[in-house]
Amino acid sequence: MNAALLIDFGSTYTKLRAVDLDRREVLGSGQGPSTVATDITVGMRAALLDLERRIGTLPRFKYRLASSSAAGGLRMVTVGLVRELTAEAARRAALGAGARVVATFAYRLTAGDMARIQELAPDILLLAGGTDGGNNEVIVHNAGLLGASTVVCPVIYAGNRSAADEACSQLRGKTVIVTENVMPEFNVLGIEPARAAIRKVFIDRIVHAKGMDRAQADLDAVLMPTPAAVLEGARLLADGTAGHAGLGPLLVVDPGGATTDVHSIATGEPATPGAIPQGLPEPREKRTVEGDLGMRHNAAAIVEAAGIDAIARDSGLAPERIVSLVAGMAREVGKLPETPEETALDRALARAAVALAVKRHCGTVSTVYTPTGPVVAQHGKDLTAVAAVIGTGGAVVASPDPRAILAGALADAADPASLRPRHPRLLLDRHYLLYACGLLGAVDAQAALELALKHIEPLDQESPHERARYG
Amino acid sequence: MTDPRRTLVTGVIGSDTHIVGNRILSMALEKAGYKVVALGALTPATDFIKAAVETDADAILVSSLYGQGELDCRGFRDMCVEAGLDDILLYVGGNLVVGKQTWTEVEQRFLEMGFDRAAPPGARVETVLEWLAHDFATRENPPVPPLTKGGSKAGGL
Repeated sequence: MNAALLIDFGSTYTKLRAVDLDRREVLGSGQGPSTVATDITVGMRAALLDLERRIGTLPRFKYRLASSSAAGGLRMVTVGLVRELTAEAARRAALGAGARVVATFAYRLTAGDMARIQELAPDILLLAGGTDGGNNEVIVHNAGLLGASTVVCPVIYAGNRSAADEACSQLRGKTVIVTENVMPEFNVLGIEPARAAIRKVFIDRIVHAKGMDRAQADLDAVLMPTPAAVLEGARLLADGTAGHAGLGPLLVVDPGGATTDVHSIATGEPATPGAIPQGLPEPREKRTVEGDLGMRHNAAAIVEAAGIDAIARDSGLAPERIVSLVAGMAREVGKLPETPEETALDRALARAAVALAVKRHCGTVSTVYTPTGPVVAQHGKDLTAVAAVIGTGGAVVASPDPRAILAGALADAADPASLRPRHPRLLLDRHYLLYACGLLGAVDAQAALELALKHIEPLDQESPHERARYG
Repeated sequence: MTDPRRTLVTGVIGSDTHIVGNRILSMALEKAGYKVVALGALTPATDFIKAAVETDADAILVSSLYGQGELDCRGFRDMCVEAGLDDILLYVGGNLVVGKQTWTEVEQRFLEMGFDRAAPPGARVETVLEWLAHDFATRENPPVPPLTKGGSKAGGL
């Protein structure tokens, strides 16, 4: 039997998935504590023992690949020039590489910004600014400040090419990786080279810096941050391989304890005839992270963003009761719902987090009235026609009603300006395989795709409530 | 490897969809050896300025064909100054206003708003190219005493 072991060094658990490559089956899973902060091998061994307990003697694994979101994930600071242009492009590059963007700066860095960067002590800093041949003054200024600072992390330079030499000399003494500009021409997004550079720095340096290479006896490589593995798995599932069709354009939503991640694999081009796209072009593979929508650490923020009345209506609980339950959640972030009240609240919170995060991820249309008649302008991605919405992560998987949670991602007739999915299939990543398929895709794309297609479950039973709403 | 070409930002301001003339102008400017950042139709004033900052543009050429140009262009120079583009060259052209107004009046009004040049309806591409050549040359070698242009701030001169 050919088998693979896929590992996720998470922030709470070390999770394993063992798969049979020939039969495209999941052999089993194992779990141990997260011990990256101390000795990564402890959690890894515990997880392997757990796996062995469940499936018996472990086979010899052909591949042993890992992703990591431990120790706060891949913490990045991004710097650009204009907030909506190169600063936004740099931020998208970092998010697409699976990073946790801890701060984004635009224009000239100030003394206060520099203090903040030193305090944040990111794993990588992405420095952008200026189109090629465009503004070089600001990026050179920012490079000068970084060069003179105590910032020790690698700096990836993805700004104005014409300023690269001068900026690099300002950064002398730091580890600098020069890659192509995130915005080589005005309003042209070129984030792939920066994404690749981030991933390379992750493999070459961060894995060692975080002590993850100590587990090398038990695995072959730590390939990427876990969110990048999920995005990679989603891409594989959408696009398929030469030998097997994928699902087509899709959206993945992952309401987590601290944030809600949304990934989309779709060009997002206007489906409305005549709509004019406005603003920065959108990456086909896009990841957004909503830092204020977390099921446990930020439950109060979800209530605030959705409105307590909406949560009360959806959960059937009184507002006062919600306030007290939410306060309890923040104290015990590891707690799972036990009482019917807690279950109802969790469902309402997850629905709200999914609805808000997907709404923010998707684009909007607006009508502009001109003297020659109305014109439709589109901002962001049009995801009305995606073929599938996939739910992943504990909040969806552990829910007794995952379909109701995912339905929060759907278009709402009352909000026609929002370009959310209209008639997608709703699917559930019950076995938490997307990251595993993303990792496995790096070595055996065919097996990874078939494994995902076989195990991602359709939630096709539609409730009467939805039929009425989306007709 | 610095690009020796001057960078110009072009676009149609406000809720104006008249793109054809602007496209012809942009093509002609490119052919004349300029690097053109064409923002196209329906461009808010702030987008011209953001694009000019990021591309380190030498001039912004604003088109307006639908008669609301005066409203859309109000405060344009001030926004440039705010963004650190104090001495960027600003041109405006098209059907800038509606109703019966003499071109001298209209031109004067736009020059007072801080535009360096205003092109009347039907202005030829050649004229714009001559203006650009003249204004860039003047900026590089300012004559003594400096040339004043119709009361405009003529940014930085």
